[in-house]
Amino acid sequence: MSTQYVMGNGAIALGALAAGVNVASGYPGTPSSEIIETIAKYRHEGLYVEWSVNEKAALEVAAGAAYAGARSLVTMKQVGLNVASDPLMSLAYVGVKGGMVIVVADDPGPISSQTEQDTRRFAEFARIPVFDPCSPEDAYQMIQDAFSYSEKYHTPVLFRPTTRVDHAYAAIEVPEKTVAHTYEGFVKDSARWVIFPRLANANHRAIEERNPIIGEDFSHYAGNCVIGTGRKAIFTGGISYSYVREALRGRDDVKICRIATPYPFPERFALECLKGVDEVLCVEELSPFLEEQLQRLCGIHKLSTVIRGKSTGDGSLAGEYDTDLAARYIARFLGQEETGENPEYSDPPRLPVRPPVLCAGCPHRASFYAVKQAMKGRKAYYCGDIGCYTLGNAMPLDMVDTCLCMGAGITMAQGLGRTDPDAVCFAFVGDSTFFASGMTGVANAVYNEADMILCVLDNSTTAMTGHQPHPGTGRNMMGNMVDKMSIPRILEAMGVGYVVCVDPLDHKSAVEAVKEAADRSGVKAIIFKSPCIALGKPEHRMEISEKCIGCKKCIREIGCPAIVVRDGKVTVDAGLCTGCGLCSQICPVDAFRKK
Amino acid sequence: MEKNILLCGVGGQGTVLASKLIASAAMGMGEVVHSAETIGMAQRGGSVTSHVRIGEKAFSPLIPGGKADVLIAFEPAEAVRNLRYLSKSATVIVNRIPVQPVTESLGESHYDGEQMVAYLQEKCARVVVVDAAGLCEQIGSAKFFNVAILGVAVGTGATGLDRDIVLREIESRVPARFADPNREAFLAGIRLAEQESTNDK
Repeated sequence: MSTQYVMGNGAIALGALAAGVNVASGYPGTPSSEIIETIAKYRHEGLYVEWSVNEKAALEVAAGAAYAGARSLVTMKQVGLNVASDPLMSLAYVGVKGGMVIVVADDPGPISSQTEQDTRRFAEFARIPVFDPCSPEDAYQMIQDAFSYSEKYHTPVLFRPTTRVDHAYAAIEVPEKTVAHTYEGFVKDSARWVIFPRLANANHRAIEERNPIIGEDFSHYAGNCVIGTGRKAIFTGGISYSYVREALRGRDDVKICRIATPYPFPERFALECLKGVDEVLCVEELSPFLEEQLQRLCGIHKLSTVIRGKSTGDGSLAGEYDTDLAARYIARFLGQEETGENPEYSDPPRLPVRPPVLCAGCPHRASFYAVKQAMKGRKAYYCGDIGCYTLGNAMPLDMVDTCLCMGAGITMAQGLGRTDPDAVCFAFVGDSTFFASGMTGVANAVYNEADMILCVLDNSTTAMTGHQPHPGTGRNMMGNMVDKMSIPRILEAMGVGYVVCVDPLDHKSAVEAVKEAADRSGVKAIIFKSPCIALGKPEHRMEISEKCIGCKKCIREIGCPAIVVRDGKVTVDAGLCTGCGLCSQICPVDAFRKK
Repeated sequence: MEKNILLCGVGGQGTVLASKLIASAAMGMGEVVHSAETIGMAQRGGSVTSHVRIGEKAFSPLIPGGKADVLIAFEPAEAVRNLRYLSKSATVIVNRIPVQPVTESLGESHYDGEQMVAYLQEKCARVVVVDAAGLCEQIGSAKFFNVAILGVAVGTGATGLDRDIVLREIESRVPARFADPNREAFLAGIRLAEQESTNDK
């Protein structure tokens, strides 16, 4: 055994390896991305790992392997499960042979997501078990248990860490070497693997009969546990369990009941916990999941125990918890004085807001600016998408009018176009998002004769989530070099009549390309191709000469974080500048030069 | 040992390496360590924090309010932003040079780094002010500032970390060609902290 200090996502990956995982797939998304990367790094013999093109593909790859008896792992963020929900709902009915764990990282806050959806609800909806880890150490063991339960009940299971578990670091003991699980292989049996209405009906009945049995089994699961005693109890789970323990450090007169498997709810365990308890407080982020399960249980068993939580105003339905918030809810529950705001830090000076911005030298800035300049004086709508380039909404660029979900910009631009024939409708999409869910939108546009300009911001990577490869990059997670899929050739093959590639950092040509496209009708595509600045080292940097007249046009127009005002003078921060040279193409007096 | 060390700054300043060095040095001293980082969109020029928790009884990955023993602030406004985490006796190590966000460069008034430092000095038990520009000039590069300010923190004694063990971690964690300048940066930080404490007396 050796000790590794790893992120929660690393612990999940190492746990899956210890369980002998055979096939691992996923699509990047904060806070889940490091799981697949860690698995690829420590890949044992007989393990196949991939970044799939999207979450639906990832889940289906893993399902195929699990049909053959292999142990498979799928990873995604919570909104990714919406994309993968079609195969998930059917797979829940069909079931699996090998253990299949679907890791879905939730993001209370949200810190880097579009929604605060609670995957425990998805588990209940899909009628499959869900595991809720509270720390990296816990996650390492629990994912191994998840594989066992999945195999025991022939069902895919969900594993739901949250951001603070994914991104927390802890030391775990891991074996020096892990070995792939051995499995039988696929056995043809169309009565089992081919879903038809009759099979769906029979399996649905079987699942509803099975779930209480799993709930009973979970009542004996070691993760569901009790600390302390008392007539007041706190029910909690996931990271909130860690907050509750922190808040109640040194006390044992409150009963802490941890639910590690929220669905199927371990009823016998919960009923046991409720014995001799007058009042319960549920401390859980997002949905009042445990709270509702307990209310239901008390109703069925005619218990007089008072269940407090979100429904009684003792918890928030939205946003993230932390130890301080948990401590406040607990103090109120125990009838103690709440600790208020810290009075010593009154009247602080005004603090700057720091919205995330496109990096200095980011080619997306140049692409957005080119479109903005080309459309000066013309009515235009700018549909954005999910990725670094969502940050094009910030001032002074202000070039993202809509952003909904992966790939939506392309199709929304078509809908907006139907309402306003006078406007030029743009859709901005990154290269990874294009492959993930952009191509169907393009087919829709061509087939239905839309009038729009597709701008593919191709920086040759999946930048926002940490530079993962995708079909356009020419390499995959098995370490192989593969043929790069060409975005312009795909677009041409799909029937897009006007496809051009430009370098966004050549400002004049980029503006001309946009103008040219805007004067044509139908579906047009411009591929702005320039690599993410994090992929290479700058060859030179820019500096400002004495020619500068201090007009600050560079700052007002492009908002590059490397251009700053110091002591009243415009200067370039050499530590940030990548020498992209966009500023030098905007300066009216040619004050920027290479250094 | 039980210690909560909070690092804060702006995405890209190198807080993550500094927190990893603290964590591995504490583990080298036989301690149980937990930590947490800001990862994702905020890394693009946003406010970032790293929480390092040394000791067996740390359950939450984030330091609870009022429990941080040391604040290592790479930027003065970020130090003020995170004051609620500090214990009454906490030591603050703060860089006096502000990082102005792009929105401020667009014309809204610049904030004053000195005002932030003055506020910290008024409210906190112990404040060690570091001039990043001066320190980097001394070590010849702005690149190693994260290791230098870590040196200051270790030099104050507030972290409870053994300087030789931290130094060993630096040497084993950074690429060989950067080992020398990182060591120099760390030692320059230690010296600065020592001068500071002599001045106090």
